[in-house]
Amino acid sequence: MFLDYLRLSVNNLTRRKLRSWLTMIGIFIGIAAVVALIGLGEGLRSAISSQFDMLSPDIITIQAGGLAAFGPPGSTVSTPLSNDLVKELEKISDAEYVISRSISSGYAKFNDRIAIGMAGSMPNGDKRAIVEDMVGIEAEFGRLLKDGDQYKIVVGNNFMKDDIFGKPVQVGNRIMIQDKYFEVVGIAKKLGNFMLDGVVLMNEDVQKELFNEGDDVSLIVVKARKNVNMELLKESIEKVMRKERDVKVGKEDFSVELAINTLETLNSTLFAVQLFVYIIASISLIVGGIGITNTMYTSVLEKTKDIGVMKAIGAKNRDIFVLFLLESGLLGMAGGLIGIIVGVAMAKGMAFIGSMQLGSDLIRADISFALAFGSLAFSFIIGCVAGITPAIRAAKMHPVDALRFAK
Amino acid sequence: MTNKETIIELKDVWKTYKMGAVEVHALRGISLKVKRGEFLAIMGPSGSGKSTAMNMVGCLDVPSKGNIYLLDKDIAKMSESELAKVRGKKIGFIFQTFNLINTLTARENITLPMVFQDYPKEERRKRAEDLLKMVELDNRMGHKPSELSGGQQQRIAIARALANEPEVILADEPTGNLDSSTGERVMDFLTKLHKEKGTTIVMVTHDLKTARHADRIEFLKDGQIVPEKEAFT
Repeated sequence: MFLDYLRLSVNNLTRRKLRSWLTMIGIFIGIAAVVALIGLGEGLRSAISSQFDMLSPDIITIQAGGLAAFGPPGSTVSTPLSNDLVKELEKISDAEYVISRSISSGYAKFNDRIAIGMAGSMPNGDKRAIVEDMVGIEAEFGRLLKDGDQYKIVVGNNFMKDDIFGKPVQVGNRIMIQDKYFEVVGIAKKLGNFMLDGVVLMNEDVQKELFNEGDDVSLIVVKARKNVNMELLKESIEKVMRKERDVKVGKEDFSVELAINTLETLNSTLFAVQLFVYIIASISLIVGGIGITNTMYTSVLEKTKDIGVMKAIGAKNRDIFVLFLLESGLLGMAGGLIGIIVGVAMAKGMAFIGSMQLGSDLIRADISFALAFGSLAFSFIIGCVAGITPAIRAAKMHPVDALRFAK
Repeated sequence: MTNKETIIELKDVWKTYKMGAVEVHALRGISLKVKRGEFLAIMGPSGSGKSTAMNMVGCLDVPSKGNIYLLDKDIAKMSESELAKVRGKKIGFIFQTFNLINTLTARENITLPMVFQDYPKEERRKRAEDLLKMVELDNRMGHKPSELSGGQQQRIAIARALANEPEVILADEPTGNLDSSTGERVMDFLTKLHKEKGTTIVMVTHDLKTARHADRIEFLKDGQIVPEKEAFT
């Protein structure tokens, strides 16, 4: 019986194609906007989350401020972090490991091509395994670095593509970095993180010498002991840092960040953006819904005589109600379906253009089955809700009056 | 007095419409009986109340006063859904303007009353095909009403009226929109149905020639049943 009603409703919709199409526009714009922007938002969220995967909840990162500080010119010169801080921070009992890392930018030459990129340092001794574990780095080809590796490097997975040097880098190749030749001993597995996948890793002592870094380090990473209150550890670190750098509370020229906090900040920003999108899309959906109501009222008016005939041949009020409700629900759902297709195409297209422009896969569209199915169900519900009053009007028509209605 | 069962009985039926402050009496105390297997014609000029009477018998409307018994059940006391059920199962309508659903094919139009009574799909299909054969339009089953002539449309409407094997066929000016020869053919169908299958038919018409196909004619004037000689004066 339901299938018969469905067929009757589809029949009615296809009979007035132009009006159905025009009515669907409101819904399809709303749904397309929701699908495209939420898809992109989710993609961005998961991409950002993957960038933070290397930072587990028990990690605190310390960086020198200055760039983020405000003030008159000359007053915000960044004071780099010094390696001496490591020893002081290691005195904090809750800190299991304190590891300094250097990230330097420089140039590399291979296959007669020069590329600008980043070099990351790997610490020696016990801390090497900690960093490897933290970053999740593994060798796809060759091996990872070990203590005593001089002028040897491990390159990120992106070096296997030919867009950096015009041809893929292989284990055993020699690459010139800052005028010195290095041997590639390993290529890392893909991490899905555009910074890590494009980095050159070398031992800390080699990097310091190569980039003349002296005692300066780019960041210090503190790994907490098990079951430690991270907020308290953060406060202890800040205390030590203030003392060592001789700054007062509120005047810090460094930042101490819990990985989890950074992620939360980003998530809440993304949520705000998505909320804004939801609001815009709901306005479009409300307008679309009103369009459906309007179309359905017209449809009821046009089919007044048919309603009378159907009642005369045995249709109950409920049957007429279901017929019209189904028709408006389908109108919404058809609009939703087009919206999903357009939305997916828009999201994928925008992600493609974005990734072409940025050269990374940071911008991607993540359209889940739940999002697509949810949008479809939602558009059907909008259609039904919009069709309730016209359907009630149709159902309550008096058969004699309806039959007398002249088209 | 025959011993046939009375299937429709109107007892002092009044129908009053309010038009602003004025009350218009469309029916003024009609009483009549229809026996099973009878072919009754209700005749009268336009405005005599014959269509109103037909709507009452057909459970499309309820009387303002009086009782209408369909198989001993008073329709004035029925709820809207009970009326709908009676319309679907016990009554088959044939209208002057055919009133087929334009978006549906001939077969789908015939199937529709069975859809509302929840008949199984296979049974609906079989019965629709049998009815199409009966009205000699089985070669037109996939056609939409707009692709059929007036006479063909009315034959489809007759088939639709018979879909749920009703107790009574109510025909409201069935030949009103047809030329005389096509009208005659439609009347032949109805007469054949009555004679061969014993179907009870109540027909409203203003045309005496059409009314003569019936076993009995009742005359209506100003909402009352009158003798023939008074009907057209």
